[in-house]
Amino acid sequence: MSHERGIISTADRKRSVVQYGLPAIQVLLFIGVLIAGVGPLLWLLKSGLSTSQDILRGPMQLWPSGIQWQNIPDAWNRVQIGSYLGNTAIIAIGSMISTLFVCTTGAFVLSVLRPKWGPIITGAVLATLFLPGVISLVPLYMTILKMPLLGVNLQNTFWAVWLPQAAGAFNILVMKRYFDAIPRELIEAARIDGAGNLRLFTSLVLPLSKPIVGVVALLTVIGSWKDYLWPLLVLPDPRLQPISVALPRVAETTEISLQMSALFLAVLIPVVLFLVFQKQFLRGVGMSGGIKE
Amino acid sequence: MFQLRTPKSGRSSARSLATWYRSGGLSSVIFAVPLVLTFLYFSWGPIVRGLVLSFQKNNLVAPPEWVGMANFSYVLTDPQLPQAALNTLYFCLLALIFGFPVPLFLAVFISELRKTGWLYNVISYLPAVVPPVAAILLWKFFYDPSGVGVFNSILGWFGLGPFAWLNSQSLAMPAIVLEATWAGAGATSIIYLAALTGVRTELYEAAELDGAGIWKRVWHVTLPQIRGIILIMMLLQLIGTFQVFTEPFLFTGGGPNNATTTILLLIYRYAFINGDFGAATALSVLLAGVLCVLSVVYHLLTRRWSTT
Repeated sequence: MSHERGIISTADRKRSVVQYGLPAIQVLLFIGVLIAGVGPLLWLLKSGLSTSQDILRGPMQLWPSGIQWQNIPDAWNRVQIGSYLGNTAIIAIGSMISTLFVCTTGAFVLSVLRPKWGPIITGAVLATLFLPGVISLVPLYMTILKMPLLGVNLQNTFWAVWLPQAAGAFNILVMKRYFDAIPRELIEAARIDGAGNLRLFTSLVLPLSKPIVGVVALLTVIGSWKDYLWPLLVLPDPRLQPISVALPRVAETTEISLQMSALFLAVLIPVVLFLVFQKQFLRGVGMSGGIKE
Repeated sequence: MFQLRTPKSGRSSARSLATWYRSGGLSSVIFAVPLVLTFLYFSWGPIVRGLVLSFQKNNLVAPPEWVGMANFSYVLTDPQLPQAALNTLYFCLLALIFGFPVPLFLAVFISELRKTGWLYNVISYLPAVVPPVAAILLWKFFYDPSGVGVFNSILGWFGLGPFAWLNSQSLAMPAIVLEATWAGAGATSIIYLAALTGVRTELYEAAELDGAGIWKRVWHVTLPQIRGIILIMMLLQLIGTFQVFTEPFLFTGGGPNNATTTILLLIYRYAFINGDFGAATALSVLLAGVLCVLSVVYHLLTRRWSTT
């Protein structure tokens, strides 16, 4: 029986220090992780269903004046959490589509078609990876205000969030590396069978790359879900703002109980999605580390 | 038998153009259009424009004019800059001391638990799923300085406090780092865990026969094998923390008394409050330059230990 061993061996486990110490550390760490990971969420659930007075006077007491179920529909209707969540979803999905479109087609050119000018583009994409994002923050904002040559103002349109997201060097290089690993014989065989470039792309390369497409899609959605500064700058219109931009503004004007139920609703959806798809999530995020190396 | 290659002697340019077209040259160009356009507009263009802007006076109203190094000298002599630079370094240092070892320790520990590891994994990743803005607003409430604030009442059970947290000049930055560590540790530890699955376990046997204890095995066998990813994560964390914005912006807005004003907050104020885009890009360029130098120095310093 092949048994994978870890740092601690079976001999170690017999020593009394390890025998009693290890479970003790395990329990302590589990309590620690539980308090840190689940504690704030449970507190938020409790406070989301409390009156403002209860939250302020006794934040660690369980509902001294009873559970306020009314808070949740109030937050949904009066704070309009629903429409902000909708905007967030539109932004996340649009960013994902534009990112996938640009990085799959781009990687296809650089990895499979390999034109003479390919290495120049690869080099130019790679170079941007080494420049910190801060350098282009302000000029990118000005580009959105007035697109060069086109003269269009993209501020207060979702394009302002969707398009810049797609210009990520990391995704292109990850995708290119994955495409590079597709055996050339497969591509040559498809060519001999008469497949054109478009056909090659849609019927061979894309289906073979499902895992990496999934990872890039997931990381893009997580990234755009978390983004704050950029949507704050380019979407000043409250009707278009995603939840992360809307929450701090809402927090200044609404009473604390509604604020907490709004926060709870904002947290609930990603947490439920995570718990349902935890395997895919953790694998995808773990892979992103392997790619960085 | 097969005429695989079209004759090379392209006598006329029309002929070679036709060859280029037939060999798929046009479709390469079409496939490259999305990438080239998005990068021109949203990556290469803004980088070049940033460099140009830093030498110009620009407030989006009047036409831009060249001002030489004036933006740089303005930014460098701004009395707020030393404070902001020190705050940023302080944030990086605290994040490195407290934030860096936590996920690493967590990952090594979780990788030892075969049956229950996934449970730790899921729970410790939960904070990373909470949208950062929601997490910050929640923690801002936890940090309520009054005696009935969440943290203060918990600490009160042990007879500690109450602390002023975000209202105190000395506690504000550590409080922000604490939240950032909480939010980031789960995701980072997942990345280490993925790297730990590649650790060659035979070496533990050998180390154990040589009499190495558990801690020595972690230190001399486990960590050296994932040093590549450790070094990269450290550099990425440094680059990330140098550009920290959301946490100080939402927690304190830079206060109290500028104790949490970071470089990026300063850039934000230049550009979006004062409308001085020249100064903002000048400071961005300076920060980017510092980060590039930092990366190169880091690479040279750690080359000895890196896996490649």
